[in-house]
Amino acid sequence: MKRVAVVGASLAGVRAAQELRAQGYDGGIVLIGEERHLPYDRPPLSKAFLAGAASQASLELLDAGDLASLALDFRLGVRATALEPAARRVLLSDGGSVHADGVVIATGGRARTLPGFEGAHTLRTLDDALALRAALVPGVRVVIVGAGFIGAEVASTCRSLGLDVTVLEALDAPLAPALGPRLAAVCARLHADHGTDLRCGVRVEGLSEAGVRLADGSLVPADVVVTGVGMTPATEWLAGSGLKVGNGVHVDAGLVTELPQVVAVGDVAHYHVDGVGRRHEHWTNASEQAPVAVANLLAGRTERTYTPSGYVWSDQYSGTIQLAGHPRPDDTLSFVDGDPSSSSFVAVWQRDGATVGVFALNNAKLFNRLRRPLRRPVGV
Amino acid sequence: MIRACTVDELPPGESVRLPGSPAIAVFHTEAGELYAIDDTCTHQDASLADGWLEGCFVECPLHAALFDLRTGVPSCLPAKDPVRTYPVVVDEGVIYVEGTAREDAA
Ligand SMILES: Cc1cc2nc3c(=O)[nH]c(=O)nc-3n(C[C@H](O)[C@H](O)[C@H](O)COP(=O)(O)OP(=O)(O)OC[C@H]3O[C@@H](n4cnc5c(N)ncnc54)[C@H](O)[C@@H]3O)c2cc1C
Ligand code: FES
Repeated sequence: MKRVAVVGASLAGVRAAQELRAQGYDGGIVLIGEERHLPYDRPPLSKAFLAGAASQASLELLDAGDLASLALDFRLGVRATALEPAARRVLLSDGGSVHADGVVIATGGRARTLPGFEGAHTLRTLDDALALRAALVPGVRVVIVGAGFIGAEVASTCRSLGLDVTVLEALDAPLAPALGPRLAAVCARLHADHGTDLRCGVRVEGLSEAGVRLADGSLVPADVVVTGVGMTPATEWLAGSGLKVGNGVHVDAGLVTELPQVVAVGDVAHYHVDGVGRRHEHWTNASEQAPVAVANLLAGRTERTYTPSGYVWSDQYSGTIQLAGHPRPDDTLSFVDGDPSSSSFVAVWQRDGATVGVFALNNAKLFNRLRRPLRRPVGV
Repeated sequence: MIRACTVDELPPGESVRLPGSPAIAVFHTEAGELYAIDDTCTHQDASLADGWLEGCFVECPLHAALFDLRTGVPSCLPAKDPVRTYPVVVDEGVIYVEGTAREDAA
């Protein structure tokens, strides 16, 4: 392999480039990224960076030393528009193309938008964060649609800036499908304890000059509106490539597509284990998939498989939430330290007597002890 | 010199946090070595004494950056900057940390 094109210059793409070098690949690496910025880390965009407490430089994923040692051929501010596997070519939005023997798809996703909410803020990119930050001037009333991780983090940051915040959530409790009712209640409590007006079971209809219109005809006054309603995997450029897409790029358990010279990593990778497809939208996943995908790309076939840790963190108000594993709604939840009303606790989910998930609020040490066994590969 | 604790109080595989500014974390590895580093992760606000000790590396409890206890240098993202390391001495069964950091890692 003489040249690898990595499409998507964010966490998963950068980790893949680093792994290519770490695993001894010394050919060319072309890193193609639609954004004009050098690769940066996204989690602070809803936290310290949005609050103005972290600089843009602190977000950068690669320092000068990394840039020199990785010897990347950067194509920034350029979008990949098509993949032509037979010609071994990636077409670019500037009219150019890149010839590559191997391709790493790391295009992540874009913030989902809601019909009727054109003009509301979303938060996925650095530019989004800069725009939102500029709007968060003293005295504005902020309304956030969606109480998922990003909505909750933005609410928390806005409260830390002293702003008036309302969160509108369609579910009966925030994150209930992922966490179950008891932990969802804890997330709701975090909002209430910090003066955020969380309204659940609310159907939003659209944006008006004065604020957000609800399905029941009422209006929630707002100066700044943010929608945090998930993301859509960026696969449109793969139309016509012959690759299977649909809620992400379909790959096997080793993150390899139907073509052995094309792998996918990060938020965009929809991987299959025992016929079950799965995609994660979390930092650790993007980071941990890279070594596996790269090993298989260099080997020309699936030699290693990926075992997800299911690890997610989220900083909300005074709390650090940590979650690992893949709990299901019918698993049994029990509190091993503290209880749902404490400011620090650890809970585990069990299935057939085995621990399948761990959740902690402000209790990193015990969380990490308990999640260790979950990280061991289970022979996939 | 800062008194940490007695050797008996810190069995192999354990760590202790010494409050102060900066707070310092002391580790006793399974191989029997003692190391001291800044307790606060350079990425965000985690206590490395709460981290997972593996050989002579500690994994940050929040986002899993791995720090080499010998040099303070992180070997993976998301941390990029090293933590300072401190010399450790044992005298009559008591562990002490030399308060001034080694410059080589800073
Ligand atoms: C505000 C925010 C806060 C977050 N906080 C946390 C957190 O606290 N904890 C946690 O675990 N996770 C968090 N995440 C999730 C984490 O950041 C993502 O999982 C991670 O960024 C995924 O990396 P990725 O490289 O797969 O995709 P992305 O980061 O989405 O990067 C994909 C890149 O590809 C580019 N691209 C797309 N299409 C093309 C194309 N056709 N050609 C060229 N380039 C293209 C995009 O412009 C983008 O830069 C957060 C995410 C956001 C947005
Ligand atoms: S706080 Fe240590 S890795 Fe993030």
